[in-house]
Amino acid sequence: MKGVRTTTRRSRPVPLTQAEIRLRVNGIQVTRTVEVRRTLADFLREDLGLTGTHLGCEHGVCGACTVLLDGQAVRSCLLFAVQADGSEITTVEALGTPEALSPLQQAFMEHHALQCGFCTSGFLMSAHALLRDHPNPSDDEIREVLGGHLCRCTGYRAIFEAVRAAAARPRHRA
Amino acid sequence: MKPAPFGYLAPRSRQQALDALRRFGPEAKLLAGGQSLVPLLAMRLVRPSVLIDLNRVPGLAYVRPFRGGLAIGAMTRQRAVEVHPLVAERVPLLREALRWVGHPQIRTRGTVGGSLAHADPSAELPAVAAALDARFVLASARGPRVVDTPRFFAGYLTTALEPDEMLVEVRLPALPAGAGWAFAEVARRHGDFALVGVAVVLRGDPDRRCTEARMAFTGVSHGPVRVAEAERSLVGRRVTAAAAVEAGRIAQAALEPHSDIHASAAYRRHVAGVLAARALEQAAARMQVSP
Repeated sequence: MKGVRTTTRRSRPVPLTQAEIRLRVNGIQVTRTVEVRRTLADFLREDLGLTGTHLGCEHGVCGACTVLLDGQAVRSCLLFAVQADGSEITTVEALGTPEALSPLQQAFMEHHALQCGFCTSGFLMSAHALLRDHPNPSDDEIREVLGGHLCRCTGYRAIFEAVRAAAARPRHRA
Repeated sequence: MKPAPFGYLAPRSRQQALDALRRFGPEAKLLAGGQSLVPLLAMRLVRPSVLIDLNRVPGLAYVRPFRGGLAIGAMTRQRAVEVHPLVAERVPLLREALRWVGHPQIRTRGTVGGSLAHADPSAELPAVAAALDARFVLASARGPRVVDTPRFFAGYLTTALEPDEMLVEVRLPALPAGAGWAFAEVARRHGDFALVGVAVVLRGDPDRRCTEARMAFTGVSHGPVRVAEAERSLVGRRVTAAAAVEAGRIAQAALEPHSDIHASAAYRRHVAGVLAARALEQAAARMQVSP
């Protein structure tokens, strides 16, 4: 009896303050122990050194920290790293390299779609997901997705033009 | 901007979730999509000692036909609902309102149940629930219960949910046959919380005279508000531009919005009337009556 009770108690989950997580980040399998209050954004930047993901507001407004969670654009500041256990994360580091920009990045460069660059990786990830799902988006569809990001250099027009130009190219994918 | 320490539980079944709520309810918060809760945690406006993450609980994300209307699982992502064919067919008002909820990058994660249970006074979905006479299925280790919209929204950021309960489903009755509908909103930027929003449902007889009107506002009180006098003013009449403006004026007089840094009470009251008139005209144009 006593033994049974102990087993029952043991099987009750205890709230964790740390957890081991396994996930794929830009195609690479990663295993780490994280504090459960660590956001995915901080995990990517601090634990994995992937500083292409930027943190602006840290409460879901600015969109700078946007990454892909199992292919969908999400705010990585509004997700705890522990919640990404078992999933696939894609960050801006997966798009292109300085020597070989992705077509979307190339279009951003050609259309002067960035000034200080702080918001850029977020815009790129959202636009990347949009063009993957809708190779020929309408202007309104582009605007709706870009509306989820803030650019304080006021470059929205150029960003819009860059995404439209990337969509018009035969291969926009990274 | 980092959350205070908390204990984390990720139940793998509804039973485990209810058990966790029974044990930790008063000191716990349920984590659904996290698009409202995580900012509150980051700013330390809430400091629960335990976070119960519902994202690993199976069977809480679905859109199903239910008595001519729809039953939507509490953990269904807003984006999934927005693009669901049954929603377009049976409750187009919901799809229209969802487009005003945050941004696509928020709706990929945000859930229908999370928004309703958070009960922000400026949120869109509570107004839709009020306009559709939604019913809410609440579960706890004590058993399930169903509450209607007026009872569910109990006050500012407050619902009928007890500390050991969770919202598992929202039931949206079908719109009456031929009913017209509309959703209108004014926000400082698209994707911000509404300064004022209104959801409208209109039904008419073959002569296009209104037989039922529902007007549910958001952003003008501590929760969604129906204005019965304004609704009654339309019954028995054709919803012309003049009738719509008059109903808007009645709503303006009845509402008691508050002032905050985003808008004054007088501005909110004015916009509520204007939006109501616009939404009523749009809903009237969508009304289909059999000759």
